[in-house]
Amino acid sequence: MQVSDGTDHAIDVRKAVKRYGDFTALKSITLSIRDNEFFTLLGPSGCGKTTLLRMIAGFEDVTEGEIFLFGDEIENLPPNKRPVNTVFQNYALFPHMNVLENVCFGLEMLGRGKAEARRRAGEILEMVQLSQFSERKPSQLSGGQQQRVALARALAPQPKVLLLDEPLSALDLKLRKAMQLELKHLQRETGITFIFVTHDQEEALTMSDRIAVMSAGEVQQLGEARDIYERPENRFVADFIGETNLIDVTVKAKDGSRVLCAFDNGLTLTCDAVPGIGVGQSGHMSIRPERMKLHQEMIEAENFRARVIENVYVGTDVQSILGLDGGMRLTVRTQNSDRGKARIFEPGSDVFVDVEFGSARLLAH
Amino acid sequence: MSRARFDVKSYPGFVQLTVLCLLILYLPLMVVAVYSFNASASIVNWEGFSLRWYADVFTGPESAKFKLAARNSFIIAITAATVATAIATLAATAMIRGGRFRLRVLSLGLISLPLMVPEIVTAVATLIFFNTIGFERGTLTILLAHIAFCIPFAYLPISARMQGIEDTYEQAALDLYATKRQAFTRVLLPLMMPGIVSGYLLAFIISLDDFIITNFVKGAGVETLPTAIFGAVKQGLKPNIMAISTMLVGFSIIMVTVSYFVGKKDN
Ligand SMILES: Nc1ncnc2c1ncn2[C@@H]1O[C@H](COP(=O)(O)OP(=O)(O)O)[C@@H](O)[C@H]1O
Ligand SMILES: [Mg+2]
Repeated sequence: MQVSDGTDHAIDVRKAVKRYGDFTALKSITLSIRDNEFFTLLGPSGCGKTTLLRMIAGFEDVTEGEIFLFGDEIENLPPNKRPVNTVFQNYALFPHMNVLENVCFGLEMLGRGKAEARRRAGEILEMVQLSQFSERKPSQLSGGQQQRVALARALAPQPKVLLLDEPLSALDLKLRKAMQLELKHLQRETGITFIFVTHDQEEALTMSDRIAVMSAGEVQQLGEARDIYERPENRFVADFIGETNLIDVTVKAKDGSRVLCAFDNGLTLTCDAVPGIGVGQSGHMSIRPERMKLHQEMIEAENFRARVIENVYVGTDVQSILGLDGGMRLTVRTQNSDRGKARIFEPGSDVFVDVEFGSARLLAH
Repeated sequence: MSRARFDVKSYPGFVQLTVLCLLILYLPLMVVAVYSFNASASIVNWEGFSLRWYADVFTGPESAKFKLAARNSFIIAITAATVATAIATLAATAMIRGGRFRLRVLSLGLISLPLMVPEIVTAVATLIFFNTIGFERGTLTILLAHIAFCIPFAYLPISARMQGIEDTYEQAALDLYATKRQAFTRVLLPLMMPGIVSGYLLAFIISLDDFIITNFVKGAGVETLPTAIFGAVKQGLKPNIMAISTMLVGFSIIMVTVSYFVGKKDN
């Protein structure tokens, strides 16, 4: 009998380790992916995302640990015995088969009759709007169309989990944005659990129900997009997701759930206490550039005095580089549409920086 | 705009040297081809255009001998090419998809070494081998020897083709529930096919044209086209030999050309 843990997790990875010789690519990964969820593995190149995905698909042996699919242990099954399909990074469409034959392949290998395979493939090609291309060879399609064929081919056998390894990285920006929406839509429509790999944090934030941020073979933080962005748990996550100001701080005092932190230049700011850092200890503080406002006069006791060094126009925002006491720099973003309310100050102006309540985040490491 | 580009054509005497090389290579063949259409029985004096020597090949006094030899040649070439191609295909699959195994480099060397060994050495060695194991010489010995020396020729285009096929195709097939065997027959084999066809044609032509090894390992009374031609030449050079030779060259050129284009064909 298979071990069943009675949860509704699509995938459970337990203490999975992957070693290549002396090199440890994954250091004891434990994570659970829920049924019907759009789950993203996010991290810089080389952090082990592909390795983890390939272990779930069955292309890499698991050095240590277990992987469960809906409660069934699968890490020792060959890839063709796992009800999991992959959209490969380079699509890997069979060049000698036309679109329809590509999409039918999985169904035929599962022993469905040719007629049924064709019917199902027709449906799925309709879903990705490729019906009129079913007789074409992959080489006669554009990159975006090939991408959709790869999706259709992987979805046709109705896998329990769909794995996508940076599927959009070869597309240009506009197409990528359109495909992001389409993927999200397909996930909802099919109800299949998607595990999506990307190194693009913006892509991860827009598409995912939950994100696992990885670095150097470890999961740094797992949570919803908002959690990860607004409540990063460590310096790596704060820095990797979005833009931020990272400041070295020392905790000076504690008052209930709030702590008073001092920067190296003596300025202080209160923020929420976090576990792992107490009075007298040093850590980092992350403040998002869009969570600060500039004013002519001081409006709060904790406002910093600063001087505008430079303004950079970046379309939707103006990014102001500020100089503070002791050579400290801060980056503040002001939305262009806010112009009436939040002023843009000319370089050289003296200003006060107001950090939005609750948006300074203390990081222990 | 004058760009200081290196151009081999600017070397003094380059063009002349090239022409000379081509002449040395092809002039004898040209002479044979031209004189095969000579109306007279002379192999040196041109006495007008005629197809009589081509007719002589098919209907003349020696025609029965040549037809039998040609039949032997084709049977041997087809069989040897088929077997050698099958072995070469499996060898290429093992070498390129087998990952790193011990003695991999050695195996690679062993497969291609026969291309570098002088053919006469291979011929003598093969003869000694058959004698030692007491194998009676005949069509079968020719066939076995041909299979052996055709393998490296079939192997080269097949492995070249396979090197360009990423293993993600087979992974995709496995991912889509194919067994390993199905991944091979449904995906890898069709992708390798241009290389296989190219390797087959090359092996076929190498077998068809072989003289030295065949001459050593054939039994008395068994002739292939090249040995029959050699036998006929020993009796005296007649223009019908030139006609056969021209046909053989023409056939070889066609096969090699087809092989080249099939091998280049992109999927
Ligand atoms: N077959 C292999 N042999 C040795 N090291 C490997 C192998 N595959 C991947 N690695 C290493 O494992 C690490 C993680 O790789 P990968 O999972 O591809 O990263 P990502 O997909 O996050 O960019 C990298 O440092 C890579 O060099
Ligand atoms: Mg990767």
